[in-house]
Amino acid sequence: MHETDMTKALIGTIRDWWDAQPEKPTVQKVHLIVGTFTCVEPASLQFAFDVQTQGTFLDGAELAIKDVPLVAHCHTCHADYQPELGSQYACPSCHSPMEDIRSGRELKIDRLECVAA
Amino acid sequence: MPTPLPIARWAMPTVSNMHQTFDAAIEMNLLHANQRGADHNRAHFDQWGITCINLMSSPGAGKTQLLEATLKSLENLQVAVIEGDMTTELDAERLRQHGVPVVAINTGRSCHLDSKMVAGGIQQLQQHDPQSLDLVVVENVGNLVCPAEFEVGEHAKVALLSVTEGEDKPLKYPVMFREADCLLITKTDLVPHLDVDLAQIEANVRQINPTVAIFHVSAKTGEGLDAWCNWLQQAVTVQSNRLQLTV
Repeated sequence: MHETDMTKALIGTIRDWWDAQPEKPTVQKVHLIVGTFTCVEPASLQFAFDVQTQGTFLDGAELAIKDVPLVAHCHTCHADYQPELGSQYACPSCHSPMEDIRSGRELKIDRLECVAA
Repeated sequence: MPTPLPIARWAMPTVSNMHQTFDAAIEMNLLHANQRGADHNRAHFDQWGITCINLMSSPGAGKTQLLEATLKSLENLQVAVIEGDMTTELDAERLRQHGVPVVAINTGRSCHLDSKMVAGGIQQLQQHDPQSLDLVVVENVGNLVCPAEFEVGEHAKVALLSVTEGEDKPLKYPVMFREADCLLITKTDLVPHLDVDLAQIEANVRQINPTVAIFHVSAKTGEGLDAWCNWLQQAVTVQSNRLQLTV
């Protein structure tokens, strides 16, 4: 359900950018980066985006979500590993707990593909 | 000051297009507005010398009852509560019986508190002489998912997991347990009636978050409340020392 709020935040940020442009471009595609170790369900985000952009300056714009896997770093093994979401977060080799997270927590608006007015 | 938005970076137009196409780099966190609000709330708490904790759990894990028991035990601290509830004031009413200021925030259909809602709560707190307060507890909406992503201006996150919820919950809702600074395993008075493995709960939490402080508590019998209240007391001391250093 929070994807609705996140989509509002997303559209708000793009609108701020769009309002600041002297000539209003058409936004064709919005690129998001979403880590798998977040509480965000890409399908819900996609749905909320399609609904909330209807009739706005973003009507018809596409939302492209790039998943980033959870990667942790084991200090004992000096190696990165990918935890199994839902079952195993400790290092598969030495079973040290998940300390540093290298990626997977991203929730980023990356870039917009636009056509000039 | 709001962060200025980046100006469009113009890419080379593609020849086949009638109009010029370009990429605009935004490179912003999706939740930057919430984060900014959270930082603003924290600045208010810091200014008043208040430590703020964000109390989170699934519905029915016992946040309100634990808070009631905590309020009875924390005699040396001046506490206020910002109470998030979807539609009712039932929890707020219960807590008011303990003689502390309680600000109720109805989130409507939202499943979590965000920094803007808590800012509204802080505004109401101003009527309660905030400078005299030591601790503000934000009781979030019961939910193990959404509140983990929305900072509200807290200095520490406390998660609750009741013994009836199952050992696997930390594995299924890892973000909440990763983000927590303290975990309270609640309703331990029920353990003799259940097939629950407390060591397994702890092991599951530890593989996600090796540094979290874990306490076993029962609001009913009072088990573990002293250790939890000591942790809270210490959190308040650490925070006020930090503020004195930065003044």
